[in-house]
Amino acid sequence: MPEPFLSIQHVRKSFGATTVVQDFNLDVEAGEFVSFLGPSGCGKTTVLRMVAGFEEPSAGRIVIGGKDVTALKPNQRNIGMVFQAYALFPNLTVAQNIGFGLKVAGVPKAEIDSRVAEMLDIIKLPAGEFGNRYPYQLSGGQQQRIALARALAPRPKVLLLDEPLSALDAKVRVSLREEIRSIQKKLGITTIFVTHDQEEALSISDRIVVMYGGKVEQVGAAFEIYNRPATRFVAGFVGTLNVLEGTLGPAGKVQLGSGAFSLRQEPEGVRAGDALSLALRPEAIALGHREGNDAMLSGEIADVHFLGSVIRVRVRVGDSIVSLDTFNNPATPPPQIGDHVEISFSSGDVLLLN
Amino acid sequence: MKINRIWSWLFFGIGALYFIFPLVSTAEFSLKMRRGAYTLDAYWTVLADPRFQQTFTYSVLMALATIAFGVLLVVPTAYWVRLKLPRWRPVLEFVTLLPLIIPPIVIVFGYIRLYNTSSWLPLTGSAMGTNLLLMFGYVILSLPYMYRAVDTGLRAIDVATLTEAAQSLGAGWITILARVILPNVAVAVLSGAFITFAIVIGEFVMAALLNRPSFGPYMQLLGANRAYEPAALAVIAFAITWGCMALIQFVSKFAPRAPGAQH
Repeated sequence: MPEPFLSIQHVRKSFGATTVVQDFNLDVEAGEFVSFLGPSGCGKTTVLRMVAGFEEPSAGRIVIGGKDVTALKPNQRNIGMVFQAYALFPNLTVAQNIGFGLKVAGVPKAEIDSRVAEMLDIIKLPAGEFGNRYPYQLSGGQQQRIALARALAPRPKVLLLDEPLSALDAKVRVSLREEIRSIQKKLGITTIFVTHDQEEALSISDRIVVMYGGKVEQVGAAFEIYNRPATRFVAGFVGTLNVLEGTLGPAGKVQLGSGAFSLRQEPEGVRAGDALSLALRPEAIALGHREGNDAMLSGEIADVHFLGSVIRVRVRVGDSIVSLDTFNNPATPPPQIGDHVEISFSSGDVLLLN
Repeated sequence: MKINRIWSWLFFGIGALYFIFPLVSTAEFSLKMRRGAYTLDAYWTVLADPRFQQTFTYSVLMALATIAFGVLLVVPTAYWVRLKLPRWRPVLEFVTLLPLIIPPIVIVFGYIRLYNTSSWLPLTGSAMGTNLLLMFGYVILSLPYMYRAVDTGLRAIDVATLTEAAQSLGAGWITILARVILPNVAVAVLSGAFITFAIVIGEFVMAALLNRPSFGPYMQLLGANRAYEPAALAVIAFAITWGCMALIQFVSKFAPRAPGAQH
């Protein structure tokens, strides 16, 4: 494995008696895009702020480019940061905002002008039209692009994005996240992106760090996080998931309600008669039999939600409720509440929760 | 509703008359120096008086020094308390209100006792030292207005995030204060500055007891010895104060506008 560019080692942060981040460890490669994903209060922003230098770790160290920066002040770290509230300087024009970091660094004016023009070009806002505008004359999306350009202009070692899309409307959020990813790839800058929106994290990250209660629950690529969640929290937080409470039967079969099915892999450390927590994504379950599915259970329709192209059906199986998605077919009426149905899935898609 | 409006206008009219009548009478009286004609003689006499020019210049310089020192004291303090010590804000608010509760005469007697020629810091022993003491006194008198003006300006911007944004771009504390915070509260600072100017120009107690040649004691001296000139001087003093208020209104229009969250 190559030497990590950013290394967060055994970092802990406490405010008085409350510990908000516990033994956080992460190595980020140069040019990698890593997202911190988790609910409010999980400690993701605190870790980001410690990397930026706005918070001092209670323990541990932070290394950037081989240099220990733990004791350095924020203005000595050469880190670019984009805030949720944009934080553009209201008294400065767009060009002056972008050139602020360069001016502070004492870069000659001609070089600042050329770099500002280059940054405006990267974020696709024409310098002639936008350079002399003030922040209040821009839309939210434009302001956040300017904030991104301002953070990138001094060529920082690491780019930190603290929920930069949260204040934007849905359409702008999707287009801007794609733009952020494209600019990040183009510049090859090591980036940490904090979000509580799983779709954002899944769609643009090389790796995702899922956090809960100040601890790392799982680190992995989007595919891995979604399809092989390591903990019950990750399974529940990322995507929609059916959690099924079953019992391991005598022949290695899992008993669920009146039905039973075999697992592809025998669970470790579980004996016959022990309770088992299993998880299944709605898209892995079919109403009736589907080719390739080797497990089948009977149940009763508890609820039907018509969502347009998709119909979400909730089926009661024993004590559990199983959600599944079927495509809307105008020729076939949706199932009715109370109907007795069979559902099928592949035992290979069943996740065993820790 | 209509009756309510009539009552409102009636009370406003009574208040305005109570305020305007003495002013109009003073202005009218100041124009009657020459018998049987309205002239500006009293104004020309006042303006031509070398003591007017001397005391007015002195008070203007004191006002400018007070504003400069007040800004240097209040802006960083209010900023730091808002950023790092928000729990201390009520304490600071209370302290800055004290000059409204403690009469200037008490403050100046305290100064004279503390800084007289036989004290450890004999500021009253020289003209420059006394000027300095008077300026500090003026800073204290203007503190309730200057602090509130600056604090209101700081409340209008996201101090913490702007500070962090500037820090992440490599700026140190002086750069942040000079290039991010101060320009964004400049209009608030100017408002505080104009109020300070008006206070210093008309202040009497401190200047008289510290025996400095300022405009307030000159107005009192003239009032005790002349008839028409004090009225002219009162009108001039009112004009200066109202000019300051008009300037506050004018510069408020140029406050940097906070960017909206989303358009």
